[in-house]
Amino acid sequence: MNKLTTTPNLSDPDGFYAQLLELHEGRDKQTSDAINARLVLLLSNHIGDHEIIAQAFSIAGQNGKDPSP
Amino acid sequence: MNKIFEVPLYPYERNSDQDASSPVRHSVVVVGAGPIGLGAAIDLAQQDIPVVVVDDNDKVSWGSRAICFAKRPLEILDRLGCGDAFVDKGITWDTGKVFFDTREVYKFNLLPEDGHKRPAFINLQQYHFEKYLLDRLRELQAEGKPIELRGGNKVVSAEAEADHVKMLIDTPDGPYKLEADWMIACDGAASPVRSMMGLDFVGRVFEDNFLIADVVMEADFPTERWFWFDPPFNRGQSALLHKQPDNVWRIDLQLGWDIDKDEEKKPENVIPRLKAMLGDDVQFELEWISIYTFQCRRMEKFRHGRVLFAGDAAHQVSPFGARGANSGLADTDNLCWKLKLVIDGVADERLLDTYDVERVHGADENILNSSRSTDFITPKSETSTIFRNAVLDLAEICEFARPLVNSGRLSVPCTYDGSSLNGADVEAMPERTRPGSPASDAPIQNGWLLDQLGNKFQLLAINSDAPDNFSACDIVIETIHLDTNDEIAQRYLGNEKSAIYLMRPDQHVAARWTSFDGDAIASAVATAIGN
Repeated sequence: MNKLTTTPNLSDPDGFYAQLLELHEGRDKQTSDAINARLVLLLSNHIGDHEIIAQAFSIAGQNGKDPSP
Repeated sequence: MNKIFEVPLYPYERNSDQDASSPVRHSVVVVGAGPIGLGAAIDLAQQDIPVVVVDDNDKVSWGSRAICFAKRPLEILDRLGCGDAFVDKGITWDTGKVFFDTREVYKFNLLPEDGHKRPAFINLQQYHFEKYLLDRLRELQAEGKPIELRGGNKVVSAEAEADHVKMLIDTPDGPYKLEADWMIACDGAASPVRSMMGLDFVGRVFEDNFLIADVVMEADFPTERWFWFDPPFNRGQSALLHKQPDNVWRIDLQLGWDIDKDEEKKPENVIPRLKAMLGDDVQFELEWISIYTFQCRRMEKFRHGRVLFAGDAAHQVSPFGARGANSGLADTDNLCWKLKLVIDGVADERLLDTYDVERVHGADENILNSSRSTDFITPKSETSTIFRNAVLDLAEICEFARPLVNSGRLSVPCTYDGSSLNGADVEAMPERTRPGSPASDAPIQNGWLLDQLGNKFQLLAINSDAPDNFSACDIVIETIHLDTNDEIAQRYLGNEKSAIYLMRPDQHVAARWTSFDGDAIASAVATAIGN
């Protein structure tokens, strides 16, 4: 089974985070929610692998805790 | 002039069973003269199985109701000897457009492949559909086939015994008793037979109301299925526009859950909604108004001894995807050849258990697709609405999002993967014609492949020697020798040079090989009839 990368994989963590906040800067909640939804769809399609996506869903759905023992 | 659905087409007439001193036993009684009941009766009578249809009504469907008929049921109607009437009258279409707010975000073609006799879809009012089946029934009667239709005959009790079913039928002349070796219950979603037998019908209720308005108008909208999410004329809800024959247009508007149905159905409330959609200048006349809610559910089992349930009586889905009437015809397509083999003593009764297995599989596929469409069309939470709208927004600019748009996954035939009736397979042959699949149509020397198939077991020999007739399990199997052309090669050979296909009487593939082997075929026939 392909495994979701849960170790650091972003070359510039602070830069990424700043970009993410910038995307939402000055937007109201409704617009931000729509942006987040479009992001989930775009990135999921890019990953394309249902197993990987399912692992991400699982972790995200458990309040950030990794469900694997 | 009266509408066709206002005319009694099979009025009550007294029959000799009512005067019999003891209950008369029939081979098969079909309950319900809707599309599925009539389809079942025609199928059986064509094969010389005597059948009596009883219905408490005497008219065709009130209003248009089911209007979209897919390619596979049209092929079934061809096998029942009457497909042309439906296709000649029906509106052929294959393009669907999806709108979000005021923008067109997506357009799809349902059958982007040539070389099929029948189109992907036709639209036809259910009352025409039932009328053409009645015409076929009358034609069979004129040919002397054993088929009888009794209007004004209402089943008021049904008791399943080990080897027959006892019924009490109410009529304008009072009740009479009737018996049948087999009963096929096609009496609709509210199936009285199901209730009389105390059988379950559980599933998921969707809390939403939809308004159907059939309007007669001269309009120059193209012959396409148009679906709107959140349009200006029905904010926050969905809408559908679809053309039917005789300038009748189906308009379907989502209304939400907390509404007053009686108020909403009044023409003075419907007309402003339609004007908002069609524009103030369009002249139209209302033919039929209905408000519906729906559930996705099925019976746990479709076979209960000598009683077989088919169509909405056995399973119910949302209308998105046209999976109701279409799957009901697939039920009787699957059932009737099996019932004939059992009645003729060629197959054991347990063959009928595979009706249950194969069609429960079909029903589950339909319920899954229909539930998913409904969850997309009518999101049940704020977050599901946000994702739905994100998909629609992206669909306009990114190709990847278009397959996520779900305005109804339109009915496609079921492949009976994993069925115990399936025999040998050849992996290098096309997936679409693997055992359990319905035959793919293709042009052949003198017409269409599907016109040569059905009502009996057959062998298809492609670039392959095989005897013209072959006998196995007391069944005579006729061979159809086919020359190869592009479509046959692509749909039946794949990477092989030759093929032998064993076809079931319902035009589904039972097994396939690269060359004729009598023993292998005999064994596959035994498997295909449940031995």
